[in-house]
Amino acid sequence: MDIFKLLSDTFLDWKAIGEVLPKMFAVGLPNTLVLAVTSGVIGTVLGMVLALMGISRNAAARWIARIYTDVLRGLPPILTILVIGLGFGPIFRQVTGSSSPYPMAIAALSLMSAAYIGEIFRSGIQSVDKGQLEATRALGFGYGPAMRLVVVPQGVRRVLPALVNQFIALIKESSLVFMLGLLATEREIFQIGKDAASNSGNLSPYVAAAVFYLALTVPLTHFVNWIDRRLRSGRPEKKEPDEAAAVVGKGAQA
Amino acid sequence: MSEFVSGSLTARNIHLSFGSNRVLRGIDLHVEKGSTASVIGPSGSGKSTLLRVMNRLIEPDQGDILLDGRSVLKDNPDELRRRIGMVFQQFNLFPHKTVAENVSLALRKLRGMSKEQARDEALAQLELVGLKHKADSRPANLSGGQQQRVAIARALAMKPEVMFFDEATSALDPELVKGVLALMADLAKGGMTMVVVTHEMGFSRNVSDSVTFMDAGVVVETGPPEQLFTAPRTERLKGFLSDVL
Repeated sequence: MDIFKLLSDTFLDWKAIGEVLPKMFAVGLPNTLVLAVTSGVIGTVLGMVLALMGISRNAAARWIARIYTDVLRGLPPILTILVIGLGFGPIFRQVTGSSSPYPMAIAALSLMSAAYIGEIFRSGIQSVDKGQLEATRALGFGYGPAMRLVVVPQGVRRVLPALVNQFIALIKESSLVFMLGLLATEREIFQIGKDAASNSGNLSPYVAAAVFYLALTVPLTHFVNWIDRRLRSGRPEKKEPDEAAAVVGKGAQA
Repeated sequence: MSEFVSGSLTARNIHLSFGSNRVLRGIDLHVEKGSTASVIGPSGSGKSTLLRVMNRLIEPDQGDILLDGRSVLKDNPDELRRRIGMVFQQFNLFPHKTVAENVSLALRKLRGMSKEQARDEALAQLELVGLKHKADSRPANLSGGQQQRVAIARALAMKPEVMFFDEATSALDPELVKGVLALMADLAKGGMTMVVVTHEMGFSRNVSDSVTFMDAGVVVETGPPEQLFTAPRTERLKGFLSDVL
């Protein structure tokens, strides 16, 4: 029984967890959301640009997208965040006078996720039957409008589950910004847990941090599954009046 | 079926190569205003490619294309394609849009109609093909024959001067072919200028005003259907007809 006691003292010290909760809600959660949402939005926009470059008829654009994607996908996230945060941070500080590590952290997270999201979008767009582009162009649309109105929306729809998975990864990777050194007001879920754990010498605040991450990621995971099912089976078709009414004409089948 | 403002179409000495593969080798085709030309021939003879060259989805290496007697090769290709409707073997409806949206998209974006105006026009076109009651369904919930009729309505909505049909019934279940062919015959009777690439010899023989037999990128024989079907002059056409009839 000593082992259980030891484990519960280490991980489930309710007092330590209770003490860290207010800070988690007031500081950690908003900061994590700011990091993940901002870089998610920027990463999605950049990813779409990369995807369109990747399928462009211009060879230079294709190559730039290819090299960018290979490099940013091939590096460990922590290395990218450190290099961009520590390398470009001082320059950013000189230019803007802001010493917050957030802009560089968001830049690093955005650039990384753009590489993945670009590949997700590219595969989705390329999976759209080429007859769709041909039919749209045959109506008199130019290449750009045909892609924008018909091909890209279909491609994006197909890869929504993969895209949401990427957002989940982004929420988790946002914890790595602690490497850049954060002021008290800038700390996100992981750093708050880490601080509290070092102060109390107890690991329970990490458990609290874990619960916060799971509260964000688990619903998203199920959201992915829901979209996936919906995309597979389609929206339940509303019965049309004449088909619904046709029951009358079918005679006594029961 | 109402009257159409159609035009004549002429292709002159069309050449096209993909690398070393010479797909079209000097094709001539003339379709009178309001008449129907069918193009027959074995797979890979260049029939479908010819249609795509004539509306400039593919640019020819050499030759000229005339719509109503005027060369269109220097025009903006997007504007040319607004004047030529095209119907595909695989329908190519937009699966993420409703039937009415499929028909109204080009009206809104290219003709600048308001949403309501474009929907009214789309419903009118759908009524012509007998599918107004499916306006708010998705294409996936329609049969193949219904989908192809929507595709025809989508092309007609742009008020084209010429209609192209690229094996429009080849992907349909046998029992659905008749309805689509009947609709095409109605368009022909209504005075639409049509180029019909087809394997339906009955349609070619009974509905079209002229038949063109292509093989290996050249026109082998062309003339009125009676002549080609009852008195083929070349061995290649005789062989083809004995294979398909």
